Amino acid sequence: MASYSTNEFKGGLKVMLDGDPCSIVENEFVKPGKGQAFNRVKLRNLKTGRVWERTFRSGESLEAADVMDREMEYLYNDGEFYHFMEPETFEQHQASADAVGDAAKWLKEQDVCTVTLYNGSPLAVTPPNHVILEITDTDPGLRGDTAQGGTKPATLSTGAVVKVPLFLEIGETIKVDTRTGEYLGRAKED
Amino acid sequence: MTENCWRPSASVEALHRRGALLADIRRFFAERDVLEVEVPVLSRRATSDPHIDSITALCNGDTAYLATSPEFGLKRLLAAGIGDCYYLGKAFREGEAGGRHNPEFTMLEWYRCGWDDRRLMTEVGELLSRVLNTARVQSLSYRELFLRELQLDPHTASEQQLHDCAAREVELSFVPANRDECLDLLMSHRLEPAMGEGITLLYDFPASQAALAKVLPDDSGTPVARRFEAYVGGLELANGYWELTDADEQLRRFQADHRYRGIHKLHVYPFEERLVAALEAGMPECAGVALGIDRLLMLVGGYTSIDEVIAFPIERA
Repeated sequence: MASYSTNEFKGGLKVMLDGDPCSIVENEFVKPGKGQAFNRVKLRNLKTGRVWERTFRSGESLEAADVMDREMEYLYNDGEFYHFMEPETFEQHQASADAVGDAAKWLKEQDVCTVTLYNGSPLAVTPPNHVILEITDTDPGLRGDTAQGGTKPATLSTGAVVKVPLFLEIGETIKVDTRTGEYLGRAKED
Repeated sequence: MTENCWRPSASVEALHRRGALLADIRRFFAERDVLEVEVPVLSRRATSDPHIDSITALCNGDTAYLATSPEFGLKRLLAAGIGDCYYLGKAFREGEAGGRHNPEFTMLEWYRCGWDDRRLMTEVGELLSRVLNTARVQSLSYRELFLRELQLDPHTASEQQLHDCAAREVELSFVPANRDECLDLLMSHRLEPAMGEGITLLYDFPASQAALAKVLPDDSGTPVARRFEAYVGGLELANGYWELTDADEQLRRFQADHRYRGIHKLHVYPFEERLVAALEAGMPECAGVALGIDRLLMLVGGYTSIDEVIAFPIERA
């Protein structure tokens, strides 16, 4: 397997640290004028999502992690695994609930997600930045009070709960930013 | 993408600030009768500093080096009787690139004859106060800072204590090789961020980090390097010495650096024996300091990355 030296470290590079695949978040070159050079690195452990900070001697290297991001269509959940398909090859992959993590609440069948493969199997799932989902539950809309710009919680078809304006009702479809959980607007009718 | 980008990474506003800063620095020294001089950027000799690497060039078919600082040239001029002088221009260091480093950078270095490090520290504080428009200047010794933040005396602590402290304070991927590596780690990871706002002048470094400074006993009798550094908000800006003038000691330090580089399988460059000759001939007692202009400009304009103050950093140069 290839390895990368500290001067090749940059955001997004996938390396092995303490036996776990990690993605480099930040690499700061630290050097006192008359002292030794270090690289102060922040890495996200791709298994746990936790961010580690670690200092290396400049010039040290880390083994590359066999990690790649693939665009895949979400198919279904069989109660235990989430199934995804590569659109070109139709190859299917099953991801555990651990790998899917928080992304689960945004997964709608046929949406295209980014699936991170580690040694060939799904390690993490990133939903599309924007998803269109139906409101399955929310308090009745309050008429005539829309100018106040108040919000209320609404439950969506995938189980996610987001804050929406008061005038929205059950059955409407809305656009949501999955990175922030923010309501972006009513979805246009197809 | 940036390889194809013709535009400067710094804004036009930042480049105007750079011009104004350079003009202000030249005024500062003109007011004080310090002479601007030029020394070679391309030299046949290189630094011996164990932690600084030179960029190699080819000149008339021979190996030459880009100067990592104007120090040797300026000291040869001092020995020739030039008097108080400064250099404001480019310096180059191999392998240094990041948010606060570019391999090619602008350095101000000046010398004051008959002064010691303490007096020069005061002048560094005056220049920084003027440029940064702040009166907040604190000076404290290297020992005081370690005691204040880590309850550890950097001069007398055992090697084990230093290792324990470094391992506790910093998430490391390696075991530090020696005292100085522990101290460097603690300084860059723990102490610089703890310095606070304003200008910090830190003095009396460990004797093992003397570089080209005199080593003399402090009030408690500990031999310390008469070396100081200036920081602003934890960003290292300047490094100064009460200069070594003893030719034999200078030669011993060059040789020690060479041994260190050899043992650690680092490139061994030809050292500047003409500096030793200049010291033998006699260099006046003096203090000197080098200051990073790009970083100073970052502070002047509130920029967070060195690319914002250099028109064409190495990726675009």
